[in-house]
Amino acid sequence: MSELSDLIADTSERIFHDLGDPQSVINSGDGGWRPPLWSAIEEAGLSRAMVPEALGGVGIPLAVAFDILRIAGRHAVALPLAETVLAGWLLGRGGISAPDGMIAVAPTQRHSRLSIDDRGRITGRCDAVPFAGEVSHFAVLAQNGDAGCHVALLSADEVAVDAGHSIAGDDLGTVICEATEPLAAAKVDGLTQDSLMQFGAVARAMQMAGALEALLDMSVQYAQERVAFGRPISKYQAVQHNLARMAGEVAAAVAIATSAAYALEQGSELDEAVLIEAASAKIRVGEAAGEGAAIAHQVHGAIGYTMEHPLHRFAQRLWAWRDDFGGEVEWAERLGRVYASKGGLGMWPTVTAA
Amino acid sequence: MSSAIQFDPVRLPEEAEALRVEVRAFIAEEVAAGTFELGQPGRAFNLAFSRKVAQKGWIGMTWPKEYGGQERSFLERYVVNEEFLIAGAPTRVHFTADRQSGPVILKYAPEEIKRKIIPRIIAGECTFSIGMSEPNSGSDLFAASTKAERTNEGWRINGQKLWTSTAHQADYMIGLFRTSPPTSDNRRHGLTQFLVDMKADGISTRPVYFPDGSHDFNEVIFDNTLIPDDHVLGEIDGAWKQATAELAYERSGPERFLETIQVLIALIELIGPEPDSRAAEGLGRLMAQMFTMRRMSISVAGMLSAGKEPVLEASLVKDLGTIWEQKLPALARDLAAGLPFDRVGRAEFQKTLEHAIRIAPKLTIQGGTTEVLRGIIARGLGLR
Repeated sequence: MSELSDLIADTSERIFHDLGDPQSVINSGDGGWRPPLWSAIEEAGLSRAMVPEALGGVGIPLAVAFDILRIAGRHAVALPLAETVLAGWLLGRGGISAPDGMIAVAPTQRHSRLSIDDRGRITGRCDAVPFAGEVSHFAVLAQNGDAGCHVALLSADEVAVDAGHSIAGDDLGTVICEATEPLAAAKVDGLTQDSLMQFGAVARAMQMAGALEALLDMSVQYAQERVAFGRPISKYQAVQHNLARMAGEVAAAVAIATSAAYALEQGSELDEAVLIEAASAKIRVGEAAGEGAAIAHQVHGAIGYTMEHPLHRFAQRLWAWRDDFGGEVEWAERLGRVYASKGGLGMWPTVTAA
Repeated sequence: MSSAIQFDPVRLPEEAEALRVEVRAFIAEEVAAGTFELGQPGRAFNLAFSRKVAQKGWIGMTWPKEYGGQERSFLERYVVNEEFLIAGAPTRVHFTADRQSGPVILKYAPEEIKRKIIPRIIAGECTFSIGMSEPNSGSDLFAASTKAERTNEGWRINGQKLWTSTAHQADYMIGLFRTSPPTSDNRRHGLTQFLVDMKADGISTRPVYFPDGSHDFNEVIFDNTLIPDDHVLGEIDGAWKQATAELAYERSGPERFLETIQVLIALIELIGPEPDSRAAEGLGRLMAQMFTMRRMSISVAGMLSAGKEPVLEASLVKDLGTIWEQKLPALARDLAAGLPFDRVGRAEFQKTLEHAIRIAPKLTIQGGTTEVLRGIIARGLGLR
């Protein structure tokens, strides 16, 4: 890794650790940790990691920007950081400057659609949009019939949000636009809703990979500390094998998430290779999230199943993040159709071309 | 762990992808010429094929030029290996020698032995087997009791190896024999690796058939077999120090997740180009797993090629990879059951499936059981 990426990783790690440590967040008992953490994120430029240099970004390579999200996952950061980072990329594709503050992106589900009419007004409904009720702006992708996709920036004041919560308790809402006038909009050739789904899927895969790394560390450490029947439970083969299995899931998650981030950096999001990487990452990491959270809970026993223990901040976010930008089933069906179309002998050349 | 386990994204370099084109063309020619049939599982023993591979310079291709190698990269070798596996090419003659026996000889054998044997491996005419397991020593390698005793003429071997693949076809074995008793503070002490000429007097092999009746396993009996002094490989009594790097190569290659891949190929044919949502989802999950395994395996290959010893990562690849290739036949069977029985490709699928179901149990045993691997992983995590 380069000096720049090391510097960014160290800065991210320090900010999330100092201001967003999950145990301190739990102990605080309220949301008082949120404003200082967000300020530090903005001051360090992390939330603008994917803003193009021409629009005032600092020109971080894409894979390094994705790595910030993995590090955020290691601290179960429950702020719209990934969303604002993605917004910087999406708006950048339309040459639109990203405003300061928290930005959500929409749509985040394949079936949700926004349309833009000939007068530039946006209409439609997007379900399950993370942090919809907390942000000041939305970066959206809207379709003008068959004429292509537009990127637009909306003020949160101009849209209706039916607020709710994810399984992790984080804000998650339905966004409804009715002839909403955007603050800015631009038609972008070669951009599709797939592009946004892929970027979002890889962002979530990186967050989940980071959360899984942290859960493995926590579980190994706890197993070494907890004594039962006169020995640390890490000495029992049944516990060792559970943790070894978890390590495999975590390794797979890290490998495919970072590979997909690298693929997005190297290729165009219209490439089939990028689709294969992103889909494989969201499927495999989603599976690892379920397995990993389950083993972490099993190793921690009763103490992990309490509000005061930080385990739930990771496990619940793993469960929630699986569903954003398409879950395993949806991506698997998509990926399965790609390979089925190649035939038995076409499968392998497709794999090696990715 | 986040720091202890590394799987950085690695992509195969251009020269490796250029080589892939060459390998595919070679496979197509050999299939057209009738040297072998595409998609046959189980790495058949085919001298004609191995000689042709040798003529291409693809056996021992990473080894030093002074012994006849090509000094090509480990990532290029990776490509040759995975293309042969997918094609079901009959590589048994040279597979083991190319993967691990050759490197052991290059590292530990005396000069004249290297000069004698390495060129024969590279020519595709020298088959190796690995003599590790014994009736009372499988996963617990350090329990090996077959003895090598020093005499005036060399070493005298007495005892028995068991479940030894390819021993009946092998020219040589790399055997692990007891030269001293273990010490009280190190039970791994006392074993030595030897190069064994399978034509030597006092060696007999007896087939031990697989449940499907096929012959790969053998029992090998040593009855006062004489091994010359210069056939000792490495440190006497210190074999346990030599195995580490070898295992990283043995455990992380594409053969650790592609052994049952013919089922997946046949399943895709059976599913056809327009799957229903059940078949599409099932296939997508299988492909996401396989794609991830390949990324992990190539990542380890990249580390090996950079001179690292990713022992923990290699064990993770073998654990995940063999569990997956073992589950694959069952998952494919379930998906196929949802399709009309009279589909084109059903007979071919069924034949491939049955073979894969039969071989599945051995995949998580050979080359390090799941249980042993998880112990190594647990140690890597700091639990032991």
